[in-house]
Amino acid sequence: MSAPAKPVLVGKSVLRKEDGPLLRGQGRFAADINFPDQIYMRVVRSTYAHGRIVSVDLAPALAIPGVVAAWSFKDVADIPPIDFRLTRLEQLAAYRQTILAKDKVRYVGDPVAVVFAEDPYLAEDAAEHVDVEIEELPVILHADGEVGEFRDGLPTETALIEKNYGDVDAAFAGAHATVELTLSIGRHSGVPMETRGAIGRYIAETDMLEMYGAAKVPHWNRDQLAKMFGRTAANTNLFEGHVGGGFGIRGEMYPEDVLVCLAALRLGRPVKWIEDRREHLIAANHSRQQTHHIRAAIDINGNILAIDDEFFHDQGGYMRTHAATVPDLAAAMLPGPYRIPAYRARGHIRLTNKTPGGTYRAPGRYESTFVRERLLDAVAAKVGIDGVEVRRRNLIPVSEMPVTRALETLGTDIVLDSGDYAKLLDKALDGIGWSTLLAQIDERRKAGELVGAGIGMFVEKSGLGPFDDVRITVGIDGKIEVVTGAASVGQGVETVIAQICAEKLGAGYDAISVIHGQTDRIARGLGAFASRVSVMTGEATRQAALKLRDNALAAASELMQLPADQLDIINGEIVRLDGSTGPSMSLAEIAKALEPGSNLVGDKEPGLFAEASFESKHMTYPYGVHVAVVSLARDTGGVTVERYLVAYDIGKAINPMLIDGQIVGGVAQGLGGALYEEFSYDDRGEPLAVTFADYLMPTAREVPQVDVIITEDAPSPLNPMGLKGAGEGGANAVGAAIAAAIDDALGQPGAITRLPVSPQRVRELINGIA
Amino acid sequence: MTDKSDITLTINGKAHAIRVEARRTLADAIREECGQTGTHIGCEHGVCGACTVLVNGEPVRSCLMFAQQADGKQIRTVEGLARGDEMHVMQRAFMENHGLQCGFCTPGFLMLAVGVLERELDISDHDLVDVLSSNLCRCTGYQNIIKAVRAAAIEMRQS
Ligand code: FES
Ligand code: FES
Repeated sequence: MSAPAKPVLVGKSVLRKEDGPLLRGQGRFAADINFPDQIYMRVVRSTYAHGRIVSVDLAPALAIPGVVAAWSFKDVADIPPIDFRLTRLEQLAAYRQTILAKDKVRYVGDPVAVVFAEDPYLAEDAAEHVDVEIEELPVILHADGEVGEFRDGLPTETALIEKNYGDVDAAFAGAHATVELTLSIGRHSGVPMETRGAIGRYIAETDMLEMYGAAKVPHWNRDQLAKMFGRTAANTNLFEGHVGGGFGIRGEMYPEDVLVCLAALRLGRPVKWIEDRREHLIAANHSRQQTHHIRAAIDINGNILAIDDEFFHDQGGYMRTHAATVPDLAAAMLPGPYRIPAYRARGHIRLTNKTPGGTYRAPGRYESTFVRERLLDAVAAKVGIDGVEVRRRNLIPVSEMPVTRALETLGTDIVLDSGDYAKLLDKALDGIGWSTLLAQIDERRKAGELVGAGIGMFVEKSGLGPFDDVRITVGIDGKIEVVTGAASVGQGVETVIAQICAEKLGAGYDAISVIHGQTDRIARGLGAFASRVSVMTGEATRQAALKLRDNALAAASELMQLPADQLDIINGEIVRLDGSTGPSMSLAEIAKALEPGSNLVGDKEPGLFAEASFESKHMTYPYGVHVAVVSLARDTGGVTVERYLVAYDIGKAINPMLIDGQIVGGVAQGLGGALYEEFSYDDRGEPLAVTFADYLMPTAREVPQVDVIITEDAPSPLNPMGLKGAGEGGANAVGAAIAAAIDDALGQPGAITRLPVSPQRVRELINGIA
Repeated sequence: MTDKSDITLTINGKAHAIRVEARRTLADAIREECGQTGTHIGCEHGVCGACTVLVNGEPVRSCLMFAQQADGKQIRTVEGLARGDEMHVMQRAFMENHGLQCGFCTPGFLMLAVGVLERELDISDHDLVDVLSSNLCRCTGYQNIIKAVRAAAIEMRQS
């Protein structure tokens, strides 16, 4: 007789733990949170893109019955501006946003005043009665135009990001040829289906400030709020409920989060704020908008000798929590999967009179992948080879791994940890049936159709440290709780963490619940961003689960009078390795035996639990290939995406179904940015995309069937399971692949220089209007 | 604005006697006055479909209807799909096909799909995609939603 097989869960597409309540309408999203006696906040926003505030008269609003309070800047002047979370540069501090506009407004949507009332409809009515007089000032709408003045002589160029290595000038001087392009990416953003929301509550008896509706980085936001109000982390807590999509934008600290908390403290009543969609589109972070002037030095075979890039990043009205993150990542990640002997990037961060910017899924990489891959296609055209060949010639070979880039970003040196880029390219081409596809395209062209294919390759980054903590506890009822400092924005964190815990501990998947985003449950935590959770929290969970297993077996060995190395845990039951039967025990019984006061505990800490921290100084670098096939309508210029394939090396997949879901969802967002979505403005800085009727997100009709190939050719050497992240690889190269496919369909290499590609532009190109 | 009226919203068979202003949307009344927060609000102008419920069997965007217009009508929301512990075929299909990530759009898609299939069980796959394209999802890229609804349709046809 032998012991029953241990269930394997890591690598399996198990169904999600999250789904039950969400499918039954039992989710707890921000708008679903209510407290007795709560009041409602409404923000009065600037209707001018740039102007001097002459006066703010709150009296007419305050006169309305049911209005509890109203504030303008002078009421909140004691609260410091919102600080930076990542990529801090000291010179940027002067450009931070105050929670209400001080003496100037800098974008349409800039918060000028707030009103608090007994009812949300009433708060909205009252907000319309706040009299704001603004003297309009000239606007800056182009980041690459002249530098203007922010205030007090501060220039609107807030910083210059410089990254370089090797002798770029010498490479250009000695080059066979150079290729030069100007490329731009439009302004778009994550736009989750749930708008932002925050509920502040102050409990006077315990002097406890609470905020509900937190997401992404609850611990950081807790520390910041405490600091801004002169409180401590110990009497400030943030709680994450369900979050209706993150994508970078949701969960960063915004003026509204601070305002609800401040109001809860001052007014002594719970304060609820739920954003409406128009507000979301003009007030929550925008992203992406950049213009690049890039050139490559090449040899006669199309090998790249150097890349030199100068770009302008349109940050909008203020520097928000991300400070220099997006342009920094754009500059650091631009070299991608290629051997680039010499490299120079200079990124100008410029303020304009638009909604301030932050990160959006694959921040800086969606942009720089578009730019780099356009450059590769241009190099191919220059030397007369195809897009596949030019990539093959320039890819970093597996024999050179790991590669140190001599660049740094997010406080880490870029060391490409592992990767076989050429192999993945082969798999992608195989997957789509490249040569058959080219033959079909040829046939269809002969019949007069405009059809083409394009490729985009990229390196992603994931698993940003420096740490993550996990504590696993078994209750006397056998329920297992995994407390993490992670956050969930809907990506399946609970499932993935439970899979790892169940397998490593030997417990049932259903017995496990995963706690995230609750600052009162764990002292520190970094949350969910930069595709970090599976890697960092995942590895911390593995370690804690193995420790817990040891602890449980040590106790079981004493209780059962058997050596621990003859025992194992399967489905929460202690079993004998030799398969012999006899009295058995469950984890619940061991937990019970370890209760406070029991003999077994002695002078140790009671309870069946274990803790672990995982620290990591370097990120892991997954990579991928996108292939797009498009056809163009001659009459309308409409672009139909006929086929789409993503090949992605994940290192080690915990749940392939979830990775597939992340990738397909990312592709849909990438397509939005490539073809449909754009925050455009008129020449006074009035936003033109303020509803879902103008900001066009893809629907079920626009998103094609996406074929996903997940490979595990290059496990990360930085963690024992070999994990890399999956959050951003679906979005990363969509702009690049779509642009290449449209070029190919047009038969005009290099025709697409700007995203999104509108039907008007395609029609102009079809009709030969440059 | 104090033109409040007494109305009765019958949600999943249960009558809720409430008093609302004329301008109160059905979505807000379902969520706030009747406490059924499974119906979500994503845009309040009829584009995203997160607020879709069934009114007398028809999928309706509850943000575009006033609560008073639904007085006395039969309303079904996501909370009424499952029978106790047993999920509706459509809910199960969404779970098995990973048709949701954050789950915010999900109640709207479930009600849209159930409403359409209850009226037109033999709807073609092509028309189904057309119908589903009237709601927005920002997480899934739709593929798995389409798969889930097709799988549920097959099961609904068999039973
Ligand atoms: S909330 Fe009703 S359609 Fe968007
Ligand atoms: S699952 Fe998140 S919006 Fe659809």
